[in-house]
Amino acid sequence: MEKTHILSILVENEAGVLTRVAGLFSARGFNIDSICVAKTLEKNESKMIITTSGDTQILEQITKQLNRLINVIKVQELTDEDSVVRQTVLIKVNADETTKSDIVRIKDIFGGRIIDISRNSYTVEATGSEKKIESLIDILRPLGIKDIVMTGAIAIQRARRPS
Amino acid sequence: MKPGNGKEIMTGSKIILESLIKEGVDTIFGYPGGAVLNIYDELFNYKDKIKHVLVRHEQGAAHAADGYARASGKVGVVLVTSGPGATNTITGIATAYMDSVPIVILTGQVPTNLIGNDAFQEADTVGITRPCTKHNYLVKDIKDLARTIKEAFYIASTGRPGPVLIDIPKDITSSVYEFDYPEAVELRGYNPTYFGHHVQLSKVVKELLNAKRPLLYIGGGVIISNASAELKELAELLDLPVTSTLMGLGGFPSEHSLFFGMLGMHGTYAANMAISNADFIIAIGARFDDRVTGKVEEFGRNAKFAHIDIDPSSIGKNVKIEIPVVGDVKSVLNSLLEMLSAKSKEISSTQYDRLKWLEEINIWKYEHPLSYKMNDVIKPQYVIEKIYELTGGSAIISTEVGQNQMWTAQFYKFNSPRTFLTSGGLGTMGYGFPAAIGAQIACPDKVVFDIAGDGSIQMNIQELATAVQYNLPVKIAIVNNNFLGMIRQWQELFYKKRYSFSEMNVNPDFVKLAEAYGAVGLRATRPDEVEGVLKKALSIKKPVIMDFVVAPEESVYPMVAPGAPITGMLLV
Ligand SMILES: Cc1ncc(C[n+]2csc(CCOP(=O)(O)OP(=O)(O)O)c2C)c(N)n1
Ligand SMILES: [Mg+2]
Repeated sequence: MEKTHILSILVENEAGVLTRVAGLFSARGFNIDSICVAKTLEKNESKMIITTSGDTQILEQITKQLNRLINVIKVQELTDEDSVVRQTVLIKVNADETTKSDIVRIKDIFGGRIIDISRNSYTVEATGSEKKIESLIDILRPLGIKDIVMTGAIAIQRARRPS
Repeated sequence: MKPGNGKEIMTGSKIILESLIKEGVDTIFGYPGGAVLNIYDELFNYKDKIKHVLVRHEQGAAHAADGYARASGKVGVVLVTSGPGATNTITGIATAYMDSVPIVILTGQVPTNLIGNDAFQEADTVGITRPCTKHNYLVKDIKDLARTIKEAFYIASTGRPGPVLIDIPKDITSSVYEFDYPEAVELRGYNPTYFGHHVQLSKVVKELLNAKRPLLYIGGGVIISNASAELKELAELLDLPVTSTLMGLGGFPSEHSLFFGMLGMHGTYAANMAISNADFIIAIGARFDDRVTGKVEEFGRNAKFAHIDIDPSSIGKNVKIEIPVVGDVKSVLNSLLEMLSAKSKEISSTQYDRLKWLEEINIWKYEHPLSYKMNDVIKPQYVIEKIYELTGGSAIISTEVGQNQMWTAQFYKFNSPRTFLTSGGLGTMGYGFPAAIGAQIACPDKVVFDIAGDGSIQMNIQELATAVQYNLPVKIAIVNNNFLGMIRQWQELFYKKRYSFSEMNVNPDFVKLAEAYGAVGLRATRPDEVEGVLKKALSIKKPVIMDFVVAPEESVYPMVAPGAPITGMLLV
């Protein structure tokens, strides 16, 4: 069954780890949709968040093989229900006297910020779920998007609520 | 020279050799070159402690280290130079990787300041070998050298074993640092599971006692984990029939009444029928390779599966497993035996069903035993049977790849572990001879044979010089059909006999070839000459090539067409 998966992979922060991890995906013809890597609070550790889509059984196999890598400390699949997933987007959008106030209003609705201003463009920064970011893009698109940059997803497991 | 802390200061080269000695290494298979000249210079001082075997091609070094490791259970060690030296080992490394063989490969690298510069004899060895090693390292700081070697040996030989490569830039081998060999390794991401989970184990026991048609399907993991004795005890305790993969041969005595031969594409009729009719199959250190399962949906179609393996990623990969047991085969079997020791009543009350099942398998065995027809040309199967007879089954046998390999698996009766060396996973032609050299060095008192094809033997024939130089009495028995026989067989069966480039139109005169190298060459062209040639070869304490001119178009049967269920066997 094809579906989107988010893997949270704790690795030792060593040269070549990213290649080893990415190599496991490419060797099985799996496309990585996004990848975010950054250090953690521990020295010598990094966390990778990889989103990918594909057959659940093959992904299970990849997860096992990730665990087999010497530099991989822990692999966890995060689901939408039990984790918080965020992406950040930077959108440079056309802005003229008639649209500037619209842009400001829209970014407020989406809890975003304007981080750069020029005579004919505003750059909006927003963070949220993939869905939220997609709707922001949809709304700004008619105004004319000049450039867009997006991070991959980062995700964290929710704290367990007392039942 | 000693600094204040009492640790000796030495060059990187010396640190390498001292570390190898700490690991108990006494043999290295290698070939020198610019990037490892410092190490070779130091090696000259270690002549009494470490035997260096100078191969004739780096591929030979990797296969020889692999054969050494498989025959002895120890880690095999390879030392080669950067660039072409390293790339020449790739086939050998990939072969060891596929068959989970512990070897450590030390490759020279250009000096650190030149890495990435397309320097002379530079190759991205770590990049090239990443997918075919269990792990690999580039040592960028001499401080890391000893620890890296320690880790490499540990990783290579524990868990599911495999090749580990260490790439060492030349400047590291000449700079100096204190030698401090770590006592233990600390690898957060590497903790193999050795003991089976109790809950899973009790499920296996329960299922075993419920089963009316149980079967053990064993693989190379039994041999790697030295679990033959435990396996035999388990099989005998419950009268369990045993079938083996190519890699598992020798893990259970072939002449045992509970053994029904190899399964899969060229498996026995009885083994393949047993798999398809069993109601409970325990896969032990096996990995459901496509050459074993045939059409995977039909494999063990009437059975529940338990799978014992140290590598979780092997379990449930191709076939649905009801009871996965992650752990070392030996310790898992020991736990099972212990749990079963309290069940003698259940064991005897359920024995009748199992004996009936055994009877059924035996009928299959007698209906279609492995066989071939004799006439006035030499049959390759006959040569192998004779080798078995004359060595009393006590030899170490390596093979090349192709028909020679399958006939050996079928007709030589392997009765003890680590006596059969063959490239199962990668199927590497050219493996057998250098592997036999490695095995002969590991086991100087054993008779070592390479059962070869006329095609394969030419892939690493240069190692004959190595065998002669080190006076290794390896016996090469070429079953010479003047064909890439296995290719010809597929072309006969599936391509309307269109023998497209599978005939060896020109082969060397193998007898003269042997003589040119300073070895002995013998030839048999008629069945009645086979025994004489073998006896003569066994009496010569030198490398011998035997050229057995065999029936050119003999095929390996049974055969399951690729993708067909394994019950769909073409029989003799
Ligand atoms: C390095 C390599 N190249 C190609 C093959 C494909 N292949 C498998 S068996 C075979 C024929 C082997 O011929 P020979 O050594 O004469 O053995 P025979 O089958 O005749 O016993 C070939 C070419 C292989 N296994 N390995
Ligand atoms: Mg041949």
